[in-house]
Amino acid sequence: MTQQPLLSPPPLICVRDLCLTGRRGTGPETPIVSNVSFDVAEGEMLALIGESGSGKTSIALALTGYARSGCRIAQGQLRVAGHDVRTMNASELRSFRGKTIAYIAQNAGAAFNPALPLMEQVIEPALAHHILPRKEAIEHAIALFEMMALPTPQTIGARYPHECSGGQLQRIMAAMALITEPEVVIFDEPTTALDVTTQIEVLEAFRVAMRQCGFTGVYVTHDLAIVAQMADRAVVLKNGKVQEEGTTRQILSKPAQAYTQQLVAASQPHLRNHDTPALSTPLLDIKNLVVGYGPTMADGRPTHTIVDNVSLPVCAGETLGIIGESGCGKSTLIRAMAGIQPWADGSMVFEGQPLPARIEERTPQQRQHMQLVAQNADLVLNPAMSVEATLRRVLTFYNEDASDAAIKRVLDMVRLPAALAGRYPPQLSGGQKQRVNLARALAARPRLVLCDEITAALDTVVAAAILDLMMELKRELGLSWLFVTHDLHALRSVCDHVAVLYAGHCVEFSTAAALNVPPHHPYTRKLENSVPEMQPGWLDGVIQHNGLRQNKTEHAPATGCSYMPRCPVAVAECAQTPPPTWQAPSGARIACHLQAQDLS
Amino acid sequence: MTLTLPLRRLSPLLQVPVVITIFWLALAFAGPFIAPCLPGEVVSSTVFAPISAQHLLGTDYLGRDVLTRLLYGTSSTVLLCAAATVLACTAGAFLGMMAALQRGMTDTLLSRFMDGVISIPSLLSGLVAVATFGSSVPVLVLAMACIYMPGSYRTCRMLALSIVQKDFILAARMRGEKTGYLVVREILPNMTGPVLTDVGLRFIYAVRLLSNLSFLGVGLQPPQTDLGSLTRENLLGLVYGAPAVIAPALAIACLTVGLNLALDGKGRRQ
Repeated sequence: MTQQPLLSPPPLICVRDLCLTGRRGTGPETPIVSNVSFDVAEGEMLALIGESGSGKTSIALALTGYARSGCRIAQGQLRVAGHDVRTMNASELRSFRGKTIAYIAQNAGAAFNPALPLMEQVIEPALAHHILPRKEAIEHAIALFEMMALPTPQTIGARYPHECSGGQLQRIMAAMALITEPEVVIFDEPTTALDVTTQIEVLEAFRVAMRQCGFTGVYVTHDLAIVAQMADRAVVLKNGKVQEEGTTRQILSKPAQAYTQQLVAASQPHLRNHDTPALSTPLLDIKNLVVGYGPTMADGRPTHTIVDNVSLPVCAGETLGIIGESGCGKSTLIRAMAGIQPWADGSMVFEGQPLPARIEERTPQQRQHMQLVAQNADLVLNPAMSVEATLRRVLTFYNEDASDAAIKRVLDMVRLPAALAGRYPPQLSGGQKQRVNLARALAARPRLVLCDEITAALDTVVAAAILDLMMELKRELGLSWLFVTHDLHALRSVCDHVAVLYAGHCVEFSTAAALNVPPHHPYTRKLENSVPEMQPGWLDGVIQHNGLRQNKTEHAPATGCSYMPRCPVAVAECAQTPPPTWQAPSGARIACHLQAQDLS
Repeated sequence: MTLTLPLRRLSPLLQVPVVITIFWLALAFAGPFIAPCLPGEVVSSTVFAPISAQHLLGTDYLGRDVLTRLLYGTSSTVLLCAAATVLACTAGAFLGMMAALQRGMTDTLLSRFMDGVISIPSLLSGLVAVATFGSSVPVLVLAMACIYMPGSYRTCRMLALSIVQKDFILAARMRGEKTGYLVVREILPNMTGPVLTDVGLRFIYAVRLLSNLSFLGVGLQPPQTDLGSLTRENLLGLVYGAPAVIAPALAIACLTVGLNLALDGKGRRQ
């Protein structure tokens, strides 16, 4: 905004030298955000980009005149749509927040009151600020539901939050934000908690809403690909300071600052795994596995089958990736392998020996050679035990050398300094915790490491470093990895073989290289098409391509293909018989009624 | 070395309650030695004498030195209740953690049994215990321990239930760790704060129960004495405003309210 034409309208949002400070308990005040200035013109969408702790959410909240407990707006100027946010009193702020500015939070599931039907909550802002009478508010809400492409917009308002999916709740929350027709809407990582396939539906809905309602927006995110789709301009933040500001195109194609370059580089998909896979003898062979919950029925199957008849080999020295949306059974599968979720049918062979279903029945050697690295490092590390104590316990338990030197060596493996040994988990950063989590598994000298979404909770740059580390360890130690994820980029970059899971079925199994060669299962294609790309305008292309979206509410047929209700190319027999598995020329094993030429 | 680490980390948190606890414990142990007279000795011909230089807290209904009897009484109240609390909380905590870890039948049986015990009013079960086994120090300690164990069990079970679901317990189980290790090293260090608050509360309940029993005359029997029986035997002095009845009542209040406040403050800071 250096050269502003003389007659351009004044910016709708104007932030000057904003400083936010916070204190923990009775400690000294520390700056969270310092000297941040930016403008947002009317009808524009500005992205605030940064990793966790960069102060992006604090800035977004400051725009609404709100500071989290313990924090305060120390100095600076905040003008939003003609209001000076800092001089308003409580009642002015209340009406400002409802009418002028709206906020869409990250986790819609937690933001709704579970005891009230959704319609009551959606129209509440309009009623509270006396903008619309009740009847009109409901009509307006239904119109918004329609715009958001929600299923059965007439009746969805009568549902309770637990009756809707995460993506639907996020869109309903957007409807709630838009019902008062605010001038400014703040999006705080609205799609971070969603699957790729759901994320794209939500992004599409936001895009349509932006075009039709014409509000000004601030989009808080750490995902550059989403920035490319949603924002006109972007501000890059690090440690509460502005690193770079410019148009989205400029930031993505010609980043000037080192940090932005790092961020862009980490977001680019790149191949980390350069080995050529060849199916050697499987280290872990899974055959016709059925896992489920609830009592066993007459036919020997559990009441709720989560993983259905899955067969997968994990080969020595290779990485097998498992991908699928939430609820597809990938976590249940990994828990079954780890021996904490007994299976109902099928078998596993590990290192040539049959593997018992329950961890208690496995031999100490089997337990040692297969290690689980769970998703959430915050829960996996005992907060009352130092890093050193955690690692030492693993080493002594498996009768390994537990000297200080051995602990240093393990920390070295995950590229952590030995000085960290005395720290406790709450004193570590997210990336460090995940490394300690890995170190704990590696200390047991495993043959196979099961990784359950280990990068899902991490920032882009940190996640990229963890993936690099995984590949280095694979080369150095000849480890086999099982990598469960919903991130297709991560999967592509580290895996040798890939299994695509849908509703507990393995719909496609192929080499990672074959992912680039058609034909594919329709679901694999949908997954691929849902990953946002870094070039601006990609989303518009997708919206155009998809045309009018239809919301199918049918359930999967009892027999037949479970993907049928969502499948764009389904044929009549999909509803009747389960799909056969056939091999494509690329080597991929695909479970579908259609043949290679139809799926290409 | 590794065992002391969690304790060292908690130390600033524990300071206030620790100081108060140490003060009362010190008084309990040192009381009989610093007392100016013998507890049973009649030292004055005046009963319910007021505060004087000779008898700092006056004399009681038989003309005995109140300060002496107060020090002896504090000693027996604090030590008896501390013993009962330690027993109750140790048993409660370990059974609670066991139940949380094992779940299933163990959990159901233990929990229902504890619910049964907890449903009887504590004073009533105390009276029944004394009526059945007679009033002696071991009976009182064991009765109080049994009465307060279920409360501690429930608190610890709830705390442990939320910890058991954490992934680090899963990781330890996958390694094949024994229940003992899980309880002592993985679960217990993560619940020390709330458990200590609970211990303090149980102690205060025990003081109240012992004082009640003694006030009713079924607690400690003469010549032994405790704060509750001191209050009861000097009840007549209330008419004269004698320190003989006010001092032990104040001591009970100081002990319970002081400890409660200290522990409460700590709990909030957490």
